[in-house]
Amino acid sequence: MATLTFKDFKSDQEVRWCPGCGDHAVLAALQRALPKVSQALGYEKERYVVVSGIGCSSRLPYYMDTYGFHSIHGRATAVSTGIKVANPWLTVWQACGDGDALAIGGNHFIHAIRRNIDINIILFNNQIYGLTKGQYSPTSKFGAITKTSPYGTVEHPFNPGSLVLGAKGTFFARSLDVELKLNEEIMTAAALHDGCSVMEMLTNCVIFNDGAHKAISDPEFRADRTIILRQGERMVFGKNSDRGLVFDGRKLRAVHIGEGGYTLDDILVHDAHANNIGLHMALAEMKGPDYPVALGVIRDVKDITYDDGVRDQVKEVMAKSKIHSVDELLHSGSTWEVTE
Amino acid sequence: MQHKVIDLKDVVIRFSGDSGDGMQLTGSLFADMSAIYGNELSTFPDFPAEIRAPQGTVSGVSGFQVHIGSEGVETPGDFCDLLVAMNPAALKSNAKWCKPTAMILVDGDAFDEKGMQKAGFKTDNPFTELKVEDRAIIVAPISELTRESLKDSGLDNKAILKCKNMFTLGMACYIYSRPLEYIYLYLERKFAKKHPELIEPNKKVLSDGFNYAANIQAIPNTYTIAPSKHKKPGTYRNITGNQATAWGLLAASEKSGLPLFCGSYPITPATAILEELAIHKSLGAKTLQAEDEIAGICTAIGASYAGNLAVTTTSGPGLSLKTEALGLAVMAELPLVVVDVQRGGPSTGLPTKTEQSDLNQALYGRNGECPMPVIAAHSPSHCFDAAFTAAQIALEHMTPVMLLSEGFLGNGSEPWRIPSMADYPEIKPPFVSGVLPEGEKFRPFERDPETLVRSWAIPGQKGFEHRVGGLEKTHEGVLSTDPQNHELMVRERAEKVARIASRLPRLEILRGPAEGKLLVVGWGGTYGHLLGAVEEAGNVSYAHFDFINPLPANTEEVFSRFGKILVCELNSGQFVNYLRGILPQFNYVQYNKVQGQPFLVSELVDAIKKEI
Repeated sequence: MATLTFKDFKSDQEVRWCPGCGDHAVLAALQRALPKVSQALGYEKERYVVVSGIGCSSRLPYYMDTYGFHSIHGRATAVSTGIKVANPWLTVWQACGDGDALAIGGNHFIHAIRRNIDINIILFNNQIYGLTKGQYSPTSKFGAITKTSPYGTVEHPFNPGSLVLGAKGTFFARSLDVELKLNEEIMTAAALHDGCSVMEMLTNCVIFNDGAHKAISDPEFRADRTIILRQGERMVFGKNSDRGLVFDGRKLRAVHIGEGGYTLDDILVHDAHANNIGLHMALAEMKGPDYPVALGVIRDVKDITYDDGVRDQVKEVMAKSKIHSVDELLHSGSTWEVTE
Repeated sequence: MQHKVIDLKDVVIRFSGDSGDGMQLTGSLFADMSAIYGNELSTFPDFPAEIRAPQGTVSGVSGFQVHIGSEGVETPGDFCDLLVAMNPAALKSNAKWCKPTAMILVDGDAFDEKGMQKAGFKTDNPFTELKVEDRAIIVAPISELTRESLKDSGLDNKAILKCKNMFTLGMACYIYSRPLEYIYLYLERKFAKKHPELIEPNKKVLSDGFNYAANIQAIPNTYTIAPSKHKKPGTYRNITGNQATAWGLLAASEKSGLPLFCGSYPITPATAILEELAIHKSLGAKTLQAEDEIAGICTAIGASYAGNLAVTTTSGPGLSLKTEALGLAVMAELPLVVVDVQRGGPSTGLPTKTEQSDLNQALYGRNGECPMPVIAAHSPSHCFDAAFTAAQIALEHMTPVMLLSEGFLGNGSEPWRIPSMADYPEIKPPFVSGVLPEGEKFRPFERDPETLVRSWAIPGQKGFEHRVGGLEKTHEGVLSTDPQNHELMVRERAEKVARIASRLPRLEILRGPAEGKLLVVGWGGTYGHLLGAVEEAGNVSYAHFDFINPLPANTEEVFSRFGKILVCELNSGQFVNYLRGILPQFNYVQYNKVQGQPFLVSELVDAIKKEI
């Protein structure tokens, strides 16, 4: 098997996102991650299918030199599900936006997670409808002023992490568009995860919602306002790595190491594989000013996947049933003979 | 009184009762038994939308009509020879279906003051009030006799009363000289695993009902209906339209070598297709009960892209929800079978009643220029061939295909001579093969010059990586908003569908002269009724459309041989208006009914005679 590189996943189509759009970086991360995934799992390029819905980020399949399906608004998750059930051998990646996956496609999104179908969903969250030029989305902050909310929204946003974990998701990761290396890591982990993987990418829309994530992405504060969770490592953050997360018996707390009697030993160790969803939920819901926003793989647990379940059941029934051809089916049950 | 056994050519029986009385089972058992006996038959279940509507009320009445005969059984029959009514409400809502010579059998125990009140009778004589007092009326204390029959069975009162449908069935078996053995076998099989304690009580009630009917003086004559002599030799079975649809799809899966994938959401009256496919995993069928109608079709589209024979099944309101995705399948040029088991509309409409009013939706219900082949099944067993053909066209022409069934067909049943799969053709999708020359890219929307069909590369095939989607593109699969390219692709997609006509069977005159003043035309599930009507009207020609888009290639030529075309359909005139648009030169007249009920042969005969 020839070693695949970044270039193998780059299509000949001109990338048409706005200059400065966060989607460029996510695409680059994916094109860098897939050769590694291929190396790790022995996958050939023709095994990949990239599916999308409608929106800026959903143009992504055209920029990948793989099999691709640019479907309709909100329905990418359903199309991906069909592809994976039809042929579990394929490895399915999906690009979708916050409006696409969480508004019009919300139903498919939660049900794919509930079924734990083995697909890899990259959720581009720029908190705005970009392709239709600037309307608020289900992740826009309360009070966001947009073209359809000139006086500010009066609705609460979804936290995609809570939604995924609430639906008993088996894999959830979050990152910023600019975290190229972390994103490669996350995507590789998602590919290795057997089940529905959701990767929330906080992307910047330079035109309609510039700076939506600036409060955490700005290099000046990023280290203090985010925490990168890594399996088996202590939950330490801050410019000087002097802050950390502890569990005080009732809830998570962000503390300064060495202050208030907290030592490094008190800082929690991240276990994305822990079955208990409570701590993962608490981590996914952390926000400023009291907490850093959690990045990295927050949850990654094993469970039965839908596509395996379907395949195994077909096999099992095939082995048990007496009907193995349509002729046998037609003659099953009550029949009678008519003679001359 | 002398007991006479009279031989009849055919007989129509309508079982009716409360929706919890088991009338669907009673009717279908009677039908199955008659089929095995060798009769021709046709059935029509007519039930309320509520699973358990208020007990004893007219809205909760469930009916099952079965027409058995030795020849010429094309429909479930307009009116019945025997009406079984398990309560006053059933009598009230079904008395209108009695022939003047009909026998009416009622459970007298249900005709108490409370029952009469619930059914809304104003007097204490329901038969006079309904003007059926001159029919042969048998009032049997069915509930009481069932209780008496099972008093030592150890069953509680509720369980005992559940057996009263068997008492009724036993009586019907006596009247029409049906042996009980088949039903015994059925009961043994049905209860063997979960409720073996119910086998003997049910058998006992059945035979007590039979004996009771033999002993009372109220039934002077009994009847026999000889087995059909016109049947082609072979192995037969009973089949419903929904079952036949499912099996036809499985047959297409076998003949194409592609696994079947069905993504569907439960909806009346189409659900039984999904249920049936869910059973047959041993034939490789995968069913996905989706979170909604849209997911049903979108998972199917995904499965199609991945190389399965993909299907989604639904009824009118569900089809409305699938609309946008239908456009995607047309645009991506992926094979897909969409089954619409039509019911009364619009909106939720009449979920359990039959209609042909989704034709416009099937033909036109999409944004943009979005043509799709439309096929209609014409009888319960024909659903098998119609489903097979729909899948064949979808796979060989790379297009979604709409298969129209109807509640009347889906729930209705008839005996079917089991075909041999050896007589069905292999299905050959236009798969790409081999490897592309170095440096060359697959052109996903390049077309066969003859059929305009694109070729199909399945993910996993090395070197054929390509993208499909809802956006307009060139033959190379590159996105394009070029005006000329768009118009070219619109025309090609339409022409691709139009050219399917060349492979379709020709339109035939099924009855009557090859030319003349009047041609009666129908489509879909009205076939049996129309056949019966033209035979009765006599000397009139009849043609029936299984293929609606495209029309059979000789349609214009056939129509040109007649002075007038009478189009009969269960809607306000959707097919006739479609024909008027395509073939405006002919003189069309129409006969329509939109009552959620099939045609009556008698009303069709009147309509035809008016036009002769």
